[in-house]
Parts: sequence; C-alpha cells; structure tokens
Amino acid sequence: MRELAFRDALREAMSEEMRRDERVFLIGEEVAQYNGAYKVSKGMLEEFGARRVIDTPVSESGFAGLSIGAAMMGLRPIVEFMSWSFSLVAADPILNNAAKMLYMSGGQFGCPIVFRGNDGAGGQLGSTHSWCVESLYANVPGLKIIIPSTPYTAKGLLTQAIRDDNPVFCLENERMLALTGEVPEESYTLPIGKAELIRSGNDCTIVSFGRPLYFCLEAAEELAREGIECEIIDGRSITPLDIDTIAASVCRTNYCVVVDQSWSFASVGSEVAAEVHRVCFDDLDNYVYRVHSDDVPAPYAKGLEQEMLPNARKICEAVRSVTYNA
Amino acid sequence: MRGFRSGSGILADLNPMTAFSMTQPESSTERRSEEVPLPGPNVLRGWLRDMMLIREFEVRSMQAYQNRLAGGFLHVYNGQEAVAVGSIATLRPDDPIITAYRNHGHALARGMAPRVGMAELFGRIGGCAKGKGGSMHFFDAEHHMYGGHGIVGSQVPLGAGLAFATKYRDEVMDGGQSNHVTLCFMGDGATNQGAVHEAMNLASVLDLPVIFIVENNFYSMGTAIKRGTAAGGCLTDRACGYDMDATVIEGMDVLDVYRGMKPLVDHCRTSSRPSFVEMRCYRFKGHSMSDPRKYRTHEEEEQWEMRDPIELLAAHLVDQDQLTGEAFKQFGKEIREEIREAVKWAEASPPTPMDELYRDVYTDKWGLYTGTSVPEFLKRRSSDREDDNA
Ligand SMILES: Cc1ncc(C[n+]2csc(CCOP(=O)(O)OP(=O)(O)O)c2C)c(N)n1
Ligand SMILES: [Mg+2]
Repeated sequence: MRELAFRDALREAMSEEMRRDERVFLIGEEVAQYNGAYKVSKGMLEEFGARRVIDTPVSESGFAGLSIGAAMMGLRPIVEFMSWSFSLVAADPILNNAAKMLYMSGGQFGCPIVFRGNDGAGGQLGSTHSWCVESLYANVPGLKIIIPSTPYTAKGLLTQAIRDDNPVFCLENERMLALTGEVPEESYTLPIGKAELIRSGNDCTIVSFGRPLYFCLEAAEELAREGIECEIIDGRSITPLDIDTIAASVCRTNYCVVVDQSWSFASVGSEVAAEVHRVCFDDLDNYVYRVHSDDVPAPYAKGLEQEMLPNARKICEAVRSVTYNA
Repeated sequence: MRGFRSGSGILADLNPMTAFSMTQPESSTERRSEEVPLPGPNVLRGWLRDMMLIREFEVRSMQAYQNRLAGGFLHVYNGQEAVAVGSIATLRPDDPIITAYRNHGHALARGMAPRVGMAELFGRIGGCAKGKGGSMHFFDAEHHMYGGHGIVGSQVPLGAGLAFATKYRDEVMDGGQSNHVTLCFMGDGATNQGAVHEAMNLASVLDLPVIFIVENNFYSMGTAIKRGTAAGGCLTDRACGYDMDATVIEGMDVLDVYRGMKPLVDHCRTSSRPSFVEMRCYRFKGHSMSDPRKYRTHEEEEQWEMRDPIELLAAHLVDQDQLTGEAFKQFGKEIREEIREAVKWAEASPPTPMDELYRDVYTDKWGLYTGTSVPEFLKRRSSDREDDNA
C-alpha cells in the first residue's frame, strides 16, 4: 500500500470531505496562503479557493465562535488551532457553545464541527505552548475527542469526525506530523469510540492514547527481551472511551498499565483506571498502574522536558512493577 | 500635552513597501522632535551599543539554534532594536515592562546580562528562568522585566495589571501620587486578540499608567497586516475607541522613538492615563526559524534594511562628530567579544538539573514539590535583601 505522512493523511481526509460536501470548509490561522503553519493544509487554498479555505487573524475566541455559529446554520466547519494550547483563548466558545448547543436548545441546534490541531509537549516550547488538553476537555460532556496515532488512523478518524453530527476535537501532535505509514487511497472512515489492538501479548495490557503509543511499542520490545509479553491497545478516541476492548484484553492478561501524556490528576488515565477496576475487578491481579506527564508545567530545558513526559523507561518500570507478582 | 488624536486617517492604505514615505511628513513625532531634547553623546553611543548588542545576541542565538544548542521556537528581534532601546530609555529603572515572545531585545535593553539570556536559550540553570522558560519566556525581576509571554495578546491584560499595581502601591500603600509608568509591548497581530481590547478598556476606565506599544512590523507570522487587521492602516483608531491618546512613531530610528516616547512617558507618569503607540518597524528575519518568508518580496526587505536602526544612529553620530568610524568598529569588536563570552559562559553553565522539575511549581513544599528558590543570577541581590530586613 502507498505510504503517506501523517500531515498528508490529515489533509487527504479534509480535501476528500470538502470535495464530497460543500458545507465543509477550513478556517484558522495561516491555513490558506501560508499553506498551514505545519503544512497540513498545503495546496488546499489552490484547490478550494479563499471562500472555503479561510485565513484568520490571531483571534481564537472570535473564529472558533464564528465557526460554531456557522455550524448552527448547518455548515460543517473544520477549525484549525495552530496548537491546542491556543484553544485555551477560545475556551468559552468551544466548551460552552459547541459542546452544549444541542442540549441547551433542546435538540434544535446541533453543532457539527471539527476542531483540530497540535496537542502535547516534546518540542521544548515551554509551558504555555505544551498543553495536553485531553484530560481537561474530556471532562466536558457534549463533545467527542479523537487522538490518532498513525497516518492510517488520522485519515479514517478525521473523515469520520467531519461526517459526525457532533463537535469533535481532533488531537494531533507536531512530533508525529512527518511520520509515514500505509494509507489507502480511497476514502474510508474509522469508527469513533473503537479502540484497536496493536500488539498481542499475554502478560500485561498497556492502554495508550496518541503519540505515547510509540513509547509503548519501544517498551514492549525491551520487556519482551525480559520475557514479559505486552498487549498494546491504541485507544484512538477518548470520548467515547472503548472500555469493552480494553476490558476484554485486561481480563485475559490480568494486568493493566495506562499511558496518558496529560497530567495525572483527574485525567484520561485515571478514568480508564477507574473503569478497568470497575469492569475487570475480579480478573485483576494488581491495581492499574498509570504513566503520565509529571504533575508540573512543561519545562523548556530538553533534559527536564524529556524526563517529564511519558517515555519507554517509565512504561517499562510500570509494567515490571505491576506484574511483580505474576 | 496630547498626541494626535486618532481617526485622522493619515494612512488609509497600508503597504509596507511605501509605509516610510507615507509616515515621514505627517508623523506626530516629526512635529514634536524639535521640542524634545536628546541626551548627550555618551548616552546616544550607549544606545548604539545596546542595539548592536541585541543584534549580535540574535546572530549568536540563531547560530545556537542551528547547532541545536537552543531548541523550541526562536523569534529574533533583528530590525526592531530601536523600539526597545529608544522606548526603554525613557523609563526609570523601576518602571515595569512586559512583552510577547519576541523578547530578547527588551530584556537586554532593560539590562539583563547577555550570558543569562543565552543560558536560558541553552536550557541551563544559569538562565534567566533557570532554563524553564526558554526563548519565548524571558523574565528578569531585578530589571522589572515581567516577561516574555508566548500566547499572543496574553501579556496585555497583565501589563494593565502591572500598572494597576504600581498605582495601587503609590497611592494606597504609600499615600502618594501614582508615579510609575508601565510599558506594555505587543505585535500588530496581537491587536486582534479580544484580551487586548478588554485590557485597553480597563486601563482607560481605571486610569492606569500604562502605555500600550504596538510594534507594527506589518506581519503577523505570514499574514500581512492588511489581510488580517481591519483598518490596519490606522491602528491608532483603536485607541480612540477607548478614549486614549494615540501616537504613531517611526520605529526604525531610535532618536524618533526616544523623542516620541519621552513626552508620552512623562505625561503618563503625572496624569496616570493610558495611551497607545504604534511603532512602525520591520523584522529583518522570518517570523521564527522555520519561516521561508514567501509572503514578502526581497525588494521590500531591502528597502527596510536600508533603514537599519543601527546604521541610522551610527550615521547620525558620525554626522554630528560624535562617533568616528574607528570607534564604531571598536564597539563592534567589543560587543562580539562580550557575546562570545556570554556564549561560553552559557555553555559552561550546567543543564538545568532534574531537581528543578518539581521546584517553583508552588511556593511551599508538599508531596513531590520542593518549594521555590530564586535563580542564581538574583541570589546575591536576594541575600542583600535579607540583610536589609535584618
Ligand atoms: C493565542 C495564540 N495564537 C497563535 C499563536 C501563534 N503565533 C505566534 S506569533 C504569531 C503572530 C503574531 O504576530 P504579531 O503580534 O504581529 O507579532 P510579531 O511576531 O510580528 O512580533 C502567532 C499567530 C500564539 N502564540 N498564541
Ligand atoms: Mg507583527
């Protein structure tokens, strides 16, 4: 199959959907003439024109809100945040308006909209630019969160997100945009709310969301050399959470480690752990271990930032610890 | 005294190619220039050195970035030196300043030691934020520099807050009159953030002694001002809406900057009223290190480079017999040496140690958190302070 970079897979999803549905448009900072700050939308202005690929000033609250208004009228905006860190400026529209429009209007006004952009640390950008918003936003009912980890899932999940009638937050990661992988040429969707088994193993289940998947794979290699075979599940979406797929695995391996790049307190990781404890209580041979970013703002210094983020070493330690009694 | 009221529409159509010729004749600074005396030649030569220091610092930070000694995002100040140097020169040392992520020039103009800034870029414990902030987040309490802020526009309400605090301290706690001035810098792109407008309204309603300085370099990343900013040809119109005086200053010439800013700062100090300044300037380099600058032409860049603030001041000083070509060269040599030393010092400073990860999150110690400690470069000062208290 053809190989495609992550950023190109995202673009293909957007372009295909814009070709098949006139209601879809792309808006954000530098998305048009500059071809996207990260070149995700490269060439889209040329193909779709300035009425459907729209540059905005640095006004996140304004263009997020504007797009939500357009979605209430039945359009299907794709809103690019250069970074999810900048979405904090637009917290009110995306959390208050997008997430609650359907409910507050008693079902009259939906909000079929996609917000997408880079999430997560790792580029030494300092704490203002290194947000992992997954846990923050997962706490808000009314929106869906997808977090693709490969070019293949990026295209399939984003296509589904654009077709979804609800607000969907797509968390990408700048560190992964150049990553290549096999992606079908034709249009396809992947269901939102369905996790995927990435690696089979009988000794411990590792659940991961987004970029840390690669640290999990690295850790699994190392652990395999020690005789510990890990099963790795890529969550793919955070809300809805596919607890069934996770539980099915944990009930076989009896051990579980959750890897979530956001901070630990009241997080995606703590939610998964709570659910696994509830569903797999009788099958667990130890409590669920969690690997997160350290509970500190993201530091600039490279060594500190690397230490703060989830990494293969931390995952190995967690797996060894959780399975000590195996 | 009042700056010109906005709304005069001096520049309806804004093209960076022609902006100079259009600003020159009508600019209010031009009108005021006769009235404002310049400091003596020693001070002017000091400004020249400051601008050269900033330029050389940026040259070396770009090198360091290419050599991966510095990471993250790097936004250099080349071309805009006159704005920071000329406007900060009108302040007292205890007047606060705050700016965005393109902040190296402001920090250095305020007196930060170059080695401390360089060490920050390198992620070293000797850095101005112990290597925790990086290029976009320079802080220097000793020099009343309140950051370096990465989120576009977010420093502007903070700037109003600094002014609120100086006024509060001067009036409520010291029982006197407000007598500090805060300079709050932002880019032209930042003027489109809601927070900026909220801050300007608040500053006006609360009579805060703050000057909002828009460094209009005509681009917000790859977006030319006329594409992203309504009435971008007359940014001062925005101030009119908040009942603030507004001035346009030619920001490539440090003498114009000083002459334009001096009366505004003096007036702000006594009146405790906010005002708004548009500084017309140009960034010589790309937005950040990854920007190929396809959105502007070489001709345009060359035209602005002809107005290099360093060369303008040097030419003026030579013209006035206040600088010889020899002395200018000597400055260059000394500054290159100073920055070379700064780089060396920064390289010798240890990478920020792991125990800093859990320091400065909270002031107190609990759980894994180890409380806080002032950076190395402020330690001497803080022990002085303890002595004062004893
Ligand atoms: C809230 C927010 N949105 C987007 C960005 C990304 N960004 C960084 S600088 C910039 C352009 C700002 O331009 P301007 O205010 O004119 O300042 P200049 O870079 O010209 O100094 C953008 C969009 C950001 N840092 N913060
Ligand atoms: Mg600008």
